[in-house]
Amino acid sequence: MSKTVKLRKGLDIKLVGEADKVKVDAPLPASVALKPTDFHGLVPKMVVKQGDKVKIGSAIFYDKYNESIKFVSPVSGIIDEVVRGAKRKILEVRITPDGSEEAIKHEAKDPTSLSKEEVKLAMLENGLWPFLKQRPLDIIADPNADPKAIFISAFDTHPLAPDYDFIVHGQDQFFQNGLNALAKLTSGKVHLTLNGNVSADATFQNAKNVQINKVSGKHPAGNVGTQIHFIDPIDKGQFVFTVNPQDVVAIGKFFADGQYDPKRIVALTGSEAKNRKYYKTIIGASVSGIVNDNLESDNVRIISGNALTGDKIDRNSYLGFYDAQITVLPEGDQYKFFLTKGWLGPGFDKYSSHMLFPTWLMKNKKYRLDTNMNGEERGFVVTGEMEKVMPLDVLPMQLIKAAMTKDIDAMELLGIYEVAPEDFALCEYVCTSKIDIQEIIREGLDLIKEECM
Amino acid sequence: MKALEKIIHSLDPKFEKGGKWEKMYPLYETLSTFLFTPKHVTKKGAHIRDGVDLKRTMFMVVLALIPCLLFGIYNTGHWHYEIQSYVNPEFEGYRDYLTGFGDKVIYGLLKVLPLVIVSYAAGLAVEFIFGFIKGHGLHEGFLVSGMLIPLTMPADVPLWMVAIATVFAVVIGKEVFGGTGMNILNVALTARAFLYFAYPTAMSGDKVWKSGTDDMLVQAGNVMPDGASGATALGDLASFVGDSPVVAGQVMSKTDDLVGAFERAYDPIHAFIGMIPGSVGETSTIAAMLGGAILIFTGVASWRIIVSFFAGGLLFGLLMNGVSANAYMDVPGYYHLIIGGFAFGAIFMATDPVTAAQTGWGKVWYGLLGGALTVMIRVLNPAYPEGIMLAILFMNVMAPLIDHYVVQMNIKRRQKRFKTA
Repeated sequence: MSKTVKLRKGLDIKLVGEADKVKVDAPLPASVALKPTDFHGLVPKMVVKQGDKVKIGSAIFYDKYNESIKFVSPVSGIIDEVVRGAKRKILEVRITPDGSEEAIKHEAKDPTSLSKEEVKLAMLENGLWPFLKQRPLDIIADPNADPKAIFISAFDTHPLAPDYDFIVHGQDQFFQNGLNALAKLTSGKVHLTLNGNVSADATFQNAKNVQINKVSGKHPAGNVGTQIHFIDPIDKGQFVFTVNPQDVVAIGKFFADGQYDPKRIVALTGSEAKNRKYYKTIIGASVSGIVNDNLESDNVRIISGNALTGDKIDRNSYLGFYDAQITVLPEGDQYKFFLTKGWLGPGFDKYSSHMLFPTWLMKNKKYRLDTNMNGEERGFVVTGEMEKVMPLDVLPMQLIKAAMTKDIDAMELLGIYEVAPEDFALCEYVCTSKIDIQEIIREGLDLIKEECM
Repeated sequence: MKALEKIIHSLDPKFEKGGKWEKMYPLYETLSTFLFTPKHVTKKGAHIRDGVDLKRTMFMVVLALIPCLLFGIYNTGHWHYEIQSYVNPEFEGYRDYLTGFGDKVIYGLLKVLPLVIVSYAAGLAVEFIFGFIKGHGLHEGFLVSGMLIPLTMPADVPLWMVAIATVFAVVIGKEVFGGTGMNILNVALTARAFLYFAYPTAMSGDKVWKSGTDDMLVQAGNVMPDGASGATALGDLASFVGDSPVVAGQVMSKTDDLVGAFERAYDPIHAFIGMIPGSVGETSTIAAMLGGAILIFTGVASWRIIVSFFAGGLLFGLLMNGVSANAYMDVPGYYHLIIGGFAFGAIFMATDPVTAAQTGWGKVWYGLLGGALTVMIRVLNPAYPEGIMLAILFMNVMAPLIDHYVVQMNIKRRQKRFKTA
């Protein structure tokens, strides 16, 4: 039974710098890294040490609190360095590829013929499990949880988001294979949600063994959180797993070929990037090969992911595990005279959801936004602004305040189990008081994990 | 501008921690961030942010108050010359609204600008003291309160009273709760309520609404000359329930057509434009609505609150018309929206986002009840001729309760999804 949802609330932030629909090969990265920091709350236990030789699919570390979850190498090569931060926390495990593409081989299997436990074990052992995230908490899925559904969003509505229709085009067979494997993991349904505004690629349209839903509207229509909320909401104690479409293909390929497939197509986007295209690279690749010759200037912010939820990285840093996009924006570290570009300026250069700016006059204009805060942090004053961009039936202000005051009961009642920080990215964007809301929600979720899970 | 930027920010190190003028940092921060939006960049979460900030938002409210301020200046001058004309025949022509325009504006400026200056000076001084204690620059909330306070005062109120009321409101009404965004009561109304109860003779009665009434009375031998009146429309209405009703200085009897006399004395069009005595900025409904249009269009004020506040007032006024137990109740309900500070309060005070209800439906209820309560206080409690101040303060206190019920509705609705599924 397919569901169609139309959102009335939301906000599409229109930026300059979409990637052209061209797939090109990125040069083989000089370095690749697996970053435990990509997985919130993970405490890694190393399996290898500096100087060890690894193949594609060799375990690098596992989850200290859930030893069955293994994280594997996306390349064959030598462990170059284990980078540690404060309190010896592992930040990156760097691997220097040897270029041989040697991989750990398994027998190819049809997931439809496997049991739930066999699929699960194969995914855990071979580094596929981290592709699965769970709601509540927006962390790596708990292998012991019984998800009532698995959600795959076939589109991304973040600013300059990559087009998954383009990325997965032609991968029908692997995508379907991945869906078949996922279907084994849940007693409920696998939901594939398409963009109701456009016609999706055949890979998605023809998918079997899933429920196909449509969501239309502005961002966050493409967020799985939005889709879960309207299609199959979760209550306390229930679990839903979520996966990105590209990772479904990777899961499908593993079962079809018997080896871990680290390939990843990444869109280079943003006003400060040249040669904005879709680059074929691998998970955890150093971005230097993609961005170094493609920057408009030196003073830029490079983001693994999108402008709302991505992570700041530098030009020699690594692509995030879940990211299919690199965004390059102008850094906004300049003073702005109040009458020209500052707080009282005409504001034609600012994209605002508020009618205090002439944004509403120019419906189709695309903006070159920088990373300036455009103001200073204040206490909450303005009300009603977040509600306009929050399509979920969640009271954003009240939930944020509950999280700020560490009021667990209130957070539970107001829907903390349904949300992830990314669902509040727009609230953070529009906030007049410049409060870092995604972080507050994350801290709230951490508290819930500690006290209630 | 580059040159100015360089000069200002060359001073940065002196004001930073360990610098020579470290203690003056809040002042420096306030001035430098006023001139230049700082170069802070995003560190966590969203890498790009909306252009809006509290400075722009608050500036828009101050801008929306300008029509009320300008009209208030003129109106203050007008009623000054009107009341003077009863002892000074040379001003008799000034009873006409447009005669002596220049004189009236000059008098109004001399009366109103000191109020504005004192209010800002006293309030900003307190804000900066708290800024120094807490080590941050000025938070913009007071920019609006500082303009609202003089507009809610009778023009003749002594400046020292404005100063202590402002200090009281900022300290007790706001800073003790943690500053901008944390207060429970509207700051400007706290200032007004403080004076209203501490110095009632300066804030109510029939000698304060027309600037210079006291001087005129001295010249006239402490008797109100024939035909002169110092009362507001609401003051007259309150007298309807007493034993000696008065309309515009004319003592009437209870058997007279009080409503008719009232309607002749206070023509609805005049009242709507604001040509009635009252506090400086409150009289003109049309000026308040002009400001309201700006605030609603820019989304700074909640249209839900404004619309429902007017609706609540009108509905209760009509209800009173239906009950019709005395002459006051017979005055057409719509009058309540155009006399006194109803429109000014509904548009600029009730919509203060910090003290109003915060949820969508909460705002509707908050406005409806606030509007109804205003008229209820006016009509049913003649001890307080004007109800808007107390009604909004009361609703400020009730707003969290209203929100609580709206939040409970949301919680119930959310839980119901799992029961039916």
